[in-house]
Amino acid sequence: MTTQIGPGPGGPPRPPLPPALSEPPAPRVNYLNVAYGVKSWLLTTDHKRIALLYLASVTLMFFLGGAFAVLIRLELVTPAGDLVQSETYNKLFTMHGIIMVFFFLIPSIPAVLGNFLIPIMIGARDLAFPRLNLASWYIYMFGAAFTIYALVSGGVDTGWTFYAPYSTTYSNTHVIAAGLGIFINGFSSILTGLNFIVTIHRMRAPGLTWFRLPLFVWAHYATSLIFVLGTPVIAITLLTVVLERALHLGIYDPRLGGDPILFQHLFWFYSHPAVYIMILPAMGVISELVTCFSRKRIFGYPVVAMSSLAIAVIGFLVWGHHMFVSGQSTYAGLIFSFLSFLVAIPSAIKVFNWTATLYKGSVSWDTPMLYAIGFVGLFTIGGLTGLFLASLGLDVHVTDTYFVVAHFHYIMVGGAIMGYLGGIHFWWPKITGRLYPEMWARVAAVIIFAGFNLTFFPQFILGYLGMPRRYHAYPEEFQVLNVMSSAGASILGLGYLLPMIYLVWSMRYGPKASANPWQAKGLEWQTASPPITENFERQPVVTEEAYAYAVEGEAHIV
Amino acid sequence: MGAELPLFPVQASTMAGRVDALYAFLILVSVFFGLLIAVTLISFAIRYRRRSRDERPPLIHGSVALEVAWTAIPLGIVMVIFLWGADLFFAMARVPPAPMEVYVVGKRWMWKTQHLTGQREINELHVPVGVPVKLTMTSEDVIHSFFVPAFRMKKDVVPGRYAAAWFQATRAGTYHLFCAEYCGTKHSGMIGSVTVMEPAAFQTWLAGGATGTSLAAAGEKLFQDLACITCHRSDSEGRGPKLDGVFGHPVTLASGERVVADEAYIRESIVNPSAKVVAGFQPVMPTYQGLVNEEGLMQLVAYVKSLGGPATAGPGAALASPAPATAPAAATPAPPPRPKGQGR
Repeated sequence: MTTQIGPGPGGPPRPPLPPALSEPPAPRVNYLNVAYGVKSWLLTTDHKRIALLYLASVTLMFFLGGAFAVLIRLELVTPAGDLVQSETYNKLFTMHGIIMVFFFLIPSIPAVLGNFLIPIMIGARDLAFPRLNLASWYIYMFGAAFTIYALVSGGVDTGWTFYAPYSTTYSNTHVIAAGLGIFINGFSSILTGLNFIVTIHRMRAPGLTWFRLPLFVWAHYATSLIFVLGTPVIAITLLTVVLERALHLGIYDPRLGGDPILFQHLFWFYSHPAVYIMILPAMGVISELVTCFSRKRIFGYPVVAMSSLAIAVIGFLVWGHHMFVSGQSTYAGLIFSFLSFLVAIPSAIKVFNWTATLYKGSVSWDTPMLYAIGFVGLFTIGGLTGLFLASLGLDVHVTDTYFVVAHFHYIMVGGAIMGYLGGIHFWWPKITGRLYPEMWARVAAVIIFAGFNLTFFPQFILGYLGMPRRYHAYPEEFQVLNVMSSAGASILGLGYLLPMIYLVWSMRYGPKASANPWQAKGLEWQTASPPITENFERQPVVTEEAYAYAVEGEAHIV
Repeated sequence: MGAELPLFPVQASTMAGRVDALYAFLILVSVFFGLLIAVTLISFAIRYRRRSRDERPPLIHGSVALEVAWTAIPLGIVMVIFLWGADLFFAMARVPPAPMEVYVVGKRWMWKTQHLTGQREINELHVPVGVPVKLTMTSEDVIHSFFVPAFRMKKDVVPGRYAAAWFQATRAGTYHLFCAEYCGTKHSGMIGSVTVMEPAAFQTWLAGGATGTSLAAAGEKLFQDLACITCHRSDSEGRGPKLDGVFGHPVTLASGERVVADEAYIRESIVNPSAKVVAGFQPVMPTYQGLVNEEGLMQLVAYVKSLGGPATAGPGAALASPAPATAPAAATPAPPPRPKGQGR
């Protein structure tokens, strides 16, 4: 297979599309019905089946993490800590954070949608290392089992941040089990990232140059770089916590000569880029949705593609903005603040380009587009409030308050989960071969958007008023805003249950989907829904740019 | 349930108004860009809604001019925010001359404060209005964070090191004191209050609660009880260096390095004496870690400080400093940071 690297001036001469690709007849055998039985799933090396294994696992983790959130919001309806005890409350927010961050948000889009789509989008038969891909899922499940063991055997109360010396010396909970669970899970991320990088480099279809790649693939390429470069650091960090707890090494405990601030440096060196692991793939999804539902080439393709890489690279240099009041030097704070403002720019550029893509487009208001518009709105609020936290003198007041809680939920829930749900709806016909009920889906998208804002917007005000995060009980003057937030959370919870119900329903009762129900561009829409195990009947050849929605013959790179 | 819904916390320090001004500016910027994006996005989505199933819009690749504009303009705006925030941060870091000093120890789950005059409080802090107050803080166990929303002031209190922070209250009243860094089971119970009083009322409060033993005097007693005095003799004949006039001055170490003898250096020299040995002395001093708690260490630091350099009485020192000599210039932890890891 030959691939051309770099943007060709006008692309190679265009042969007519092979007839098999233009509108393939639905094959009798597809990846879903090619084999039956538990064994055919647990031993599969098909990236599409592995994606579905991940889909089931991360959905389970999402509802588990969500159940903890429900209890947290119930407790905070009243100022007194009267629903659960302090110890229980602390375990609830810790497990909510650990499960949502490490076992839902980080794997969600890459391991489900990325796994399913990257090989198809680049015209490959599978990922570069199919067995390694299956191993990633087993490692994920093993790590999750460790963490759930920590949970059922009594829980962890350190917060998902595991700050030393509380985690290393003072906590009496199952820190070691939870730490090992995350440590193990990290290998799953590393292997997935490695697999994606090799696949994207080596397995693109003939004619699919780097600058013809769908932006979803670019976003996953940037994400994979963070997986491979960042995850080992959190693995080492958590291992040192485990070792310090077990052997009293004195890496972080000042009484043994250690430095608790060192932990924060190591932890955030991974955990800040981890935020970009969550948001970059969602941005990739949004680029696909915005183009398909406005039938436009993305405005400024190379800028949007390169901004993903810029975010991945600069994102590694901003970790110290979590530590402005920690005792880090004033000048270090100055540099981290500066770099944090810089990383805001590529994100802003993406938002402007998505907006400009709609200009003179043909915009439809299907559910995935509702999620895309919701994403842009919520991500904009999340990004702009990031500026508040990046400015040194203001961060002193708002750090470690509900302002931070609201900010990162706008990015992670408002951004990453909206992107994930938008993507799930968009590719649902491709994944399952069935259409979901459009009316219910729109209702759910609106409910989620409204519930989300009611839940998290009041928390910005709470934070500025001074309510610290991780408080089991709080002064009475904060109650009104907390009640609003809890009311919003119940709406949000309902919103999340709806897709669960109608998507499962549609797998059996939904109308059959055609190969390309959205009239979308991209190789994944040129094969059957659901695809055959080999993805394509014959090797596709790419002869046009990504998102060539315009009239045939007009497409040229400016 | 409270009926009113405030949006800003009360402003009770010299910094509060400045922080709120930056906050207001950022809200303006956010509302502007938020509305710009929302209105543009929604109006495009309506104006260019799909009218027929097979509609094919024109091809638009992009615009270099627009890309440059929406890179450069936000970059310019965030650089303004960066400089504004940095200026505020440095103002917060720079302790004004001659502050009133208070020592704070965080301990699961309480705040212990000690005034130089010897008053000790738990989960409370009384300060006068209009006087800069410098806090020297550390923790007995895990990381805590001293947070007074009304002052827009927050500082992590880290075990094993001293964190310095200051504020100048502008309005009498009682304000929340929170622990803002998660510290375990009763984290949300580690709260208290800061009471800001008119200077006259504060003097009355100081006089009323006086124990008769100032912090430095308590430190001097410890200095004798722990037998520090046998080596650190004031006649320069001891096995350890003489401590008179040391505080706030540069010290030459055995390694040839020079460090300023600040609070953090004194503390380290007690708990980890071999870390920085003064030139001309043998590393013979044993560690006192575990023999004296953080409050005791602060008393010893206050005592050594009282032996320190020349006094310059400032408003704060005059208000609540019975110590004969403090060294305000040296006690001002202005940038550049000290060679040691003093918190800030």
